[in-house]
Amino acid sequence: MGETRAITVEKVLPYHMDKIWRTLTSSELLMKWLMPNDFQPTVGHKFSFRTKPIGDWDGVVQCEVLACDPPHLLRYSWKGGADSNPDYGSRLDSVVTWTLTVVEGGTHVRMVHDGFVMPGNRFAFDMMSPGWGKIVDAIGRVAAEA
Amino acid sequence: MTAPVHLTNVLKTLADPTRRAVFERIAREREVAATGLVHGSKVSQPAVSQHLRALRDAGLVAERREGRHIHYRVAPKGLSPLIDWLGHYQTFWQQRFENLERLLRESE
Repeated sequence: MGETRAITVEKVLPYHMDKIWRTLTSSELLMKWLMPNDFQPTVGHKFSFRTKPIGDWDGVVQCEVLACDPPHLLRYSWKGGADSNPDYGSRLDSVVTWTLTVVEGGTHVRMVHDGFVMPGNRFAFDMMSPGWGKIVDAIGRVAAEA
Repeated sequence: MTAPVHLTNVLKTLADPTRRAVFERIAREREVAATGLVHGSKVSQPAVSQHLRALRDAGLVAERREGRHIHYRVAPKGLSPLIDWLGHYQTFWQQRFENLERLLRESE
């Protein structure tokens, strides 16, 4: 298979880094904004996020903490889905990385979800629809405004 | 309406490097006859036919018949399962980010 593509969401939030770190690493707080989970901020800890089952997928995202450097970097694996499902519920073996940086006016929060395996190189996609990445961005923007 | 092509089918179909090369060549040439695909490639005619069939079944290429020749072009929506896949996750994370911001705001 070919290269992978990543989804990145980033923003400067007007809060102290430590506060944001707590929100990203407290199981109770994660439940409020992400999903029910049994997360612990310890490298090697295996945990899961639980969402609604879709098709052949039971809705459980299997994760493991890969890196934890408070309050700067958090990385966990993210595995779930089933081959038989289209798009959202399809099989995914990926990695989520959170990076926090102090900036003027607060904290820069960057989330990179990497591991969306694309067939072949990007050539075919670029040929097909120049800037199809922009389409993806547009979908995100529309969703954010909806 | 055609049946929705699952992402896995698209991925599996394009996983074969030779088939992918055929797909990319069709994309590059806009429209090409099957015979044209055999010329100028090291792939045999039966192999090209087999790859074209697989690409067509996965909804990645469309055919146009003209006399004895069949012309192939890339299907406009062929890669949409991939785009939808990424789009869903993009939306998912945008929404979760908003939840995160709301939670931070409320807990001030």
